[in-house]
Amino acid sequence: MGPSSLIVLIIAAIAFSGIAVLVSKVLLKATKNKQKGQPYECGIPTQGKTMVQLNVGYYLFALIFLVFDVELVFLYPWAVVAKSTGWLAFIEIVIFFFIIFMGFLYAHKKGALKWM
Amino acid sequence: MTLLALNLDWAYLLGKLILIAIIISVSLVIAMYETYLERKVAAWLQDRIGPNRAGPFGIFQPLADGAKLFFKEEIIPNSSNKFLFILGPCLAMMTAMMTCAVIPWSSSLDFGHGPIPLQIADINIGILYIFGVVSLGVYGIMIGGWASNNKFSLLAAMRGASQVISYELAMGIAIISLIFVTGSLSLKDIVGQQIGHTWNIVYQPLGFLIFFICALAECNRAPFDLPEAESELNMGYHQEYSSMKLGFYLFSEYINMFISSVIMATLFFGGYDIPFVNTATMNPNLAAVLGLIALMAKVVVFIFVFMWIRWSLPRFRYDQLMNLGWKGLLPLALVNMVVTGGVVLWLHK
Repeated sequence: MGPSSLIVLIIAAIAFSGIAVLVSKVLLKATKNKQKGQPYECGIPTQGKTMVQLNVGYYLFALIFLVFDVELVFLYPWAVVAKSTGWLAFIEIVIFFFIIFMGFLYAHKKGALKWM
Repeated sequence: MTLLALNLDWAYLLGKLILIAIIISVSLVIAMYETYLERKVAAWLQDRIGPNRAGPFGIFQPLADGAKLFFKEEIIPNSSNKFLFILGPCLAMMTAMMTCAVIPWSSSLDFGHGPIPLQIADINIGILYIFGVVSLGVYGIMIGGWASNNKFSLLAAMRGASQVISYELAMGIAIISLIFVTGSLSLKDIVGQQIGHTWNIVYQPLGFLIFFICALAECNRAPFDLPEAESELNMGYHQEYSSMKLGFYLFSEYINMFISSVIMATLFFGGYDIPFVNTATMNPNLAAVLGLIALMAKVVVFIFVFMWIRWSLPRFRYDQLMNLGWKGLLPLALVNMVVTGGVVLWLHK
């Protein structure tokens, strides 16, 4: 009966945040003026575009993260049954790991893990 | 199938609803009092008094703060994306509340109608569920920061997202080495194995250390609080937020801290196990209450350590943070995993 109560919890969580947003919308009367609607950047008017180009490093880290995260998903089921699958599976995983780790080392060597 | 089960068993559903309501409200109250505790601990560490006006020792301060947040005027900037601006804090709050689903709070109660488990859902992929929901939490930060259309928020959101995904890897690998020891992903099984036996911290001290550091980073706590580095980014990703939506972000942060303390206590410190006491022979209700108290005592210790670290250590620079995550913790976690796997297989044969 696990999953059904999980669904109930998810509905409860959605309802909680939805109701709180609605209540604050109904209860609170906001006044509007031009200055209030501006983005807050320490009191001075905002300069230039907000959506500036960001450091490519964020993107590179996200790519390397994706590789390792997919690998992690493969490791979880193996970790649960590791005792019954024995050494053969262990060696296979170590080889699998070795290949991905080579990729990690390559990225490291190329300077992808160096910030800025 | 699940819908059918919902239709058939109303008493069960009612019990679960009550449990959900209790757990959600308790975690909200705990999040409120964490803010109080944080200010008191900060005051204590800095030789000040801290909040002491509202009620005896200032214990009504969080209530006053909560009421103030709730009745503040709500400002949504003109240049923001309205829908995403509202969605961001709601997502953060939802994911914070959903993580508590698989945690076994104590052993089962029993009022003569069969055992009532104090766990919302005992699913066999408990740890993976927590991991998935915690990963979703990054969207709350990212969407909120992006939709504000503010330079500070955008930078903070990028930092936050990058930091959280970086530390997730080392955290996941540290948990894999723990799973070698336990052989199960269900939190209930993991606690059950530790009751009356050795706690997992003895088998996985390095894994715990890695997990703890990553938990600090995942909760955006100092010294990893770069998404909210006040001296560089004002308020960070929730710069444009006010009223209840700001409250959602702050609450979700404190709930995350509470839940990660509970998870650490559950995975590595025996959960609701009371050391050197055999609860199997006691009255099940008494045992459940004592177990809950034991779990909460462990959690309070963790929360105190979180705060102690915040008020003792300076903040990392961003490149130092990335280096620690990718070149320090990740290789260390990998080595820990391979060694643990080898040792477990060697001892098992």
